[in-house]
Amino acid sequence: MAFALLKYGLGFGKFERQFPKQKDLKDSYDVVIVGGGGHGAATAYYLARDYGITNVAILERGYLGGGNTARNTTIIRSNYLTPEGVAFYDESLSLYKDLSNDFDMNIMYSERGHFTLAHTDAAVRTSRWRAEVNKHLGVDSELVFPNEIKKICPQLNLSEDVRYPVMGALYHPPGAIARHDAVAWGYARGATMRGVELHQKTEVTGIKRSNGKAVGVETTRGTVNAGKIIQCVAGRSSLVAKMAGFKLPIKTVPLQACVSQPLKPFLDAIIVSGSLHVYISQSSRGELVMGGSTDPYGVYQNRSTLEFKEGLMAHMLELFPFLGEVKILRQWAGMADMTPDFSPVMGETPVDNYYIDAGWGTWGFKATPVCGKRNAEMLATGTVPEVLKPFRLSRFEEFHQVGEKGAASVGH
Amino acid sequence: MKILNCPLNGPRNISEFICAGEVEVEPDPNRCSNAEWAEYIFLHDNDAGVVQEWWCHVPTAYWFIVERNNLTDEILRTFPSTEIFTKRQEYSRPDQEAS
Ligand SMILES: Cc1cc2nc3c(=O)[nH]c(=O)nc-3n(C[C@H](O)[C@H](O)[C@H](O)COP(=O)(O)OP(=O)(O)OC[C@H]3O[C@@H](n4cnc5c(N)ncnc54)[C@H](O)[C@@H]3O)c2cc1C
Repeated sequence: MAFALLKYGLGFGKFERQFPKQKDLKDSYDVVIVGGGGHGAATAYYLARDYGITNVAILERGYLGGGNTARNTTIIRSNYLTPEGVAFYDESLSLYKDLSNDFDMNIMYSERGHFTLAHTDAAVRTSRWRAEVNKHLGVDSELVFPNEIKKICPQLNLSEDVRYPVMGALYHPPGAIARHDAVAWGYARGATMRGVELHQKTEVTGIKRSNGKAVGVETTRGTVNAGKIIQCVAGRSSLVAKMAGFKLPIKTVPLQACVSQPLKPFLDAIIVSGSLHVYISQSSRGELVMGGSTDPYGVYQNRSTLEFKEGLMAHMLELFPFLGEVKILRQWAGMADMTPDFSPVMGETPVDNYYIDAGWGTWGFKATPVCGKRNAEMLATGTVPEVLKPFRLSRFEEFHQVGEKGAASVGH
Repeated sequence: MKILNCPLNGPRNISEFICAGEVEVEPDPNRCSNAEWAEYIFLHDNDAGVVQEWWCHVPTAYWFIVERNNLTDEILRTFPSTEIFTKRQEYSRPDQEAS
């Protein structure tokens, strides 16, 4: 690192740009991707790499990966509750494992083991249910009790002398964390290298339609025509869908998180407690990454609140009393696109040629690779892949929801 | 802590309230199609800007309407639901002709 700095600083060696310079927008593209977060960038990547479709533009109103991709706490796991959910997230997890090689860029994928703590009989029951569904589908997942938890994670306070003693946990050894920016940059670099255009500071302000078909987008930099359009805009999903003329089963609610000052590595496992509304992991920089439940009411704003910190820390200190003196370094929020069944909205929409990747709420970072891969398949072949079908928008009027609330990381 | 002015109980901490979603006109569940009912239950405008929502003061179970700006997180007005819903909502029986 230091040598590289010196080398470039003294003018030796040619500095390679990570991304090509932004060009003017063309009049038309085969595919326009609205939103340059992880999901949008991944969709472009697989379109270019697997299908050779490169006449593609990613339109991003801010900067690459600056939305929820930049704000999330990067927990990756596949121990969901429904067979549809487990199959889908597990595909994503296996893609994640190869990403550093695919990108030739280290995404710092780090398997840590993931505990979902249960503090009530009902939570123990749900853990057992999840463990059985998981195992049936080949996912490494086990119900464990305090004596076993103590062996794997001795840092955790398992005393019974607390308000909510730990009664058991769902243990998921493959649970991992990764470097979120690297995921967005790796996908975007892989896509732009193959000819995809990334346009930052380019907000989509309207969707052009003709005879029930989407034919293009209006942007802050002019109008472009599109063969196919997909929106991957997370917290702004309802606003963009409204431009295309339909409503979504989504409420946008802020989700807050924070990190502590960096500490020496002491916590390898990822600890989540749904009942206490707490999750915590230690990043490779040594910071404790912590989060809780979504805000009690929706705003379109990334403000942070004192209530969040107070609520989170009260419970955190019950699990890790020795953190009492540790300081908070940063606090932030992202806008989560929450659905009633805690599953996403993927695939076709009421508008022809217009596709959606939304409803990712508080759980979509782990799904970035599978979404990109399957979106690309859908856009290239024109058929909706089997793994996406359970998450179709029309499931709501069919009353066929995919209930994953029991597998959500924190209560909401 | 934000303060919400409850039409019944006066100014209270916002943590005493729950937000229950957009004010919408309820279709007659026994006369509308599944799609209309699903739209009413599941689909939302989820607008950014000034919105009207049902809120409830939990300790007194009092339901009322809040007008707020969700871009600036400001509460603009709170008022009893009778300002909008002036008459009782009647429900028809499934086996009855709609009146
Ligand atoms: C605090 C927090 C913690 C989280 N923790 C986890 C976790 O541990 N594990 C997990 O799996 N998930 C987690 N999530 C959820 C996860 O971050 C998201 O579901 C995921 O990042 C969504 O990716 P995306 O690419 O769809 O959205 P984003 O990264 O938000 O990208 C959407 C992009 O669209 C752009 N956009 C919006 N409107 C327009 C427009 N009109 N025109 C052009 N561009 C537009 C935005 O600027 C944005 O960059 C968390 C979320 C938050 C907020």
